[in-house]
Amino acid sequence: MTTSDLERSGPAALADRHGLTPIGQQPALRAYMASLWERRYFMWTFARSRIAAENAESRLGQLWQVLNPLLNAAVYYLVFGVILGANKNIENYIAFLITGVFIFAFTQRTIMSGSRSISGNLGLVRALHFPRAVLPFAKVIEELIKTGTSLIVLAVIVLATGEPLTGQWLLLAPVILLQLMFSAGLALLFARLTADVRDIAQFLPFALRIWMYLSGVMYSIRLFVEDRDVSPVIEWVLIGNPAAVYIELARDALMATDQTNAPIWTWYLAIGWAVVMLPLGFLFFWRAEARYGRG
Amino acid sequence: MAVADQQAAVASVVGKPTVIVDDLHITYRVMGPRPAGAQADGASALRRVLSRKGSPGLREIKAVKGVTFVANHGDAIGLIGRNGSGKSTLLRAIAGLLPPEKGAVYTDCQPSLLGVNAALINSLSGEQNILLGGLAMGMTPGEVKEKFTSIVDFAGIGDFVELPMNAYSSGMSARLRFAIAASVSHDVLLIDEALATGDAEFRRKSEARIRELRDEAGTVFVVSHSLGVIRETCNRAIWIDAGTLKMDGDVNEVLAAYEAVVEK
Repeated sequence: MTTSDLERSGPAALADRHGLTPIGQQPALRAYMASLWERRYFMWTFARSRIAAENAESRLGQLWQVLNPLLNAAVYYLVFGVILGANKNIENYIAFLITGVFIFAFTQRTIMSGSRSISGNLGLVRALHFPRAVLPFAKVIEELIKTGTSLIVLAVIVLATGEPLTGQWLLLAPVILLQLMFSAGLALLFARLTADVRDIAQFLPFALRIWMYLSGVMYSIRLFVEDRDVSPVIEWVLIGNPAAVYIELARDALMATDQTNAPIWTWYLAIGWAVVMLPLGFLFFWRAEARYGRG
Repeated sequence: MAVADQQAAVASVVGKPTVIVDDLHITYRVMGPRPAGAQADGASALRRVLSRKGSPGLREIKAVKGVTFVANHGDAIGLIGRNGSGKSTLLRAIAGLLPPEKGAVYTDCQPSLLGVNAALINSLSGEQNILLGGLAMGMTPGEVKEKFTSIVDFAGIGDFVELPMNAYSSGMSARLRFAIAASVSHDVLLIDEALATGDAEFRRKSEARIRELRDEAGTVFVVSHSLGVIRETCNRAIWIDAGTLKMDGDVNEVLAAYEAVVEK
């Protein structure tokens, strides 16, 4: 028996001869996207089932979705509005604050629940075969549906503070869509990071909190920048921060009394963050597709 | 080359390989302290898993350590071995659900585990769970609709299908889970202790369904602690001990050797 005969008799050669391919290989990007599209009904049903299950388990569960940002807004109103005076020069501070809190909460919740989508569903990952991006995307859909409810509450409150209902309000739809794309990208990114390193789930809330304080949720970044005479680099970082961009555009859409209207390039930034972050997060998540489930 | 082609042509008619496992190693990584002098036995593995909330530290559990075998079309293979020997892990690795540390599993299709439990949500109705489970296994909404009545009939839950699954008796929910899981046929089917559900009547029904699935499938793997089930359903057995392959061959020979060791 020659060496080549020996090699040919190994399991790998046998597999090759019969056209068998290794299982659990990294899928090609196009095939992966196609298989993800095939599972769109699963994604959607999974998201809706989770919400239905939450509703069935506790009636208050859904209420907290709205109550939590409202109570947060009340605390910020007290601390930043009344005590620190961040409300001076802002005509309608309540609408300003509530819009900021609700819009930021959308990104925050999407990233938080997306980050746990793999590590929290290991049982499912280890039992059934499907493109793993189904899980973070299902979480994103779940948060989008829930945010739909809280946006209605937001609209009612903003109207109650005396803002008029104008055609500008329609601009909220593209803002939410772009913010959704951006947040989905980060959800995918953190889904992989948390699947690799579980501790990131512990550290993430603090990072998100710092991000929130830097994003002009309870104060106006433009007024702050004018007041303090900060360096152009810091000014650029503060104003270009994606969360600040989406919050500012949402305020422009909902509030006629907001005097510090964002310049048009804010929209370019909003689009830029969305079309960069979503593919980036998706590619990053896809690169580890074959490894999910080991941890 | 011509000889190899001829061999391949002959092999494709009888017993074409469907799954080839080549020097497979599977390692779990869990957080937890490393117990002094602990070995890979079940009790200490459980302790390690339970105590992972204690002091941090990455631990590796080598569940499968270099297993090699070839499964052919028409094989029904029983995997036997003690608790924690790595049978279920091996099954999951064949399904492509656990990434190998080293080695590979070759196949030309998608081997599927019989089981859908992880996708179901207990506080939802049977109806919703049939849809959710069906979609999770890769059916289209149309296919789920088509199979809906037969799933409900097979599970024998009647009008309970409209109630949340946590209102079911344990037998009823086990029956529904099996009915959903067994509604799809696969080329390579992997069954992990699925036979031990429900009452005597449902057991008979489910065993008949498994035989059907086995006939539809090219290759079947069964993990069970009931040697009777393995003897009835399989023509071949693989004995796994502490993550390594101890014996592979005709079901009666392997079971006899296994029983001789276990009874000692």
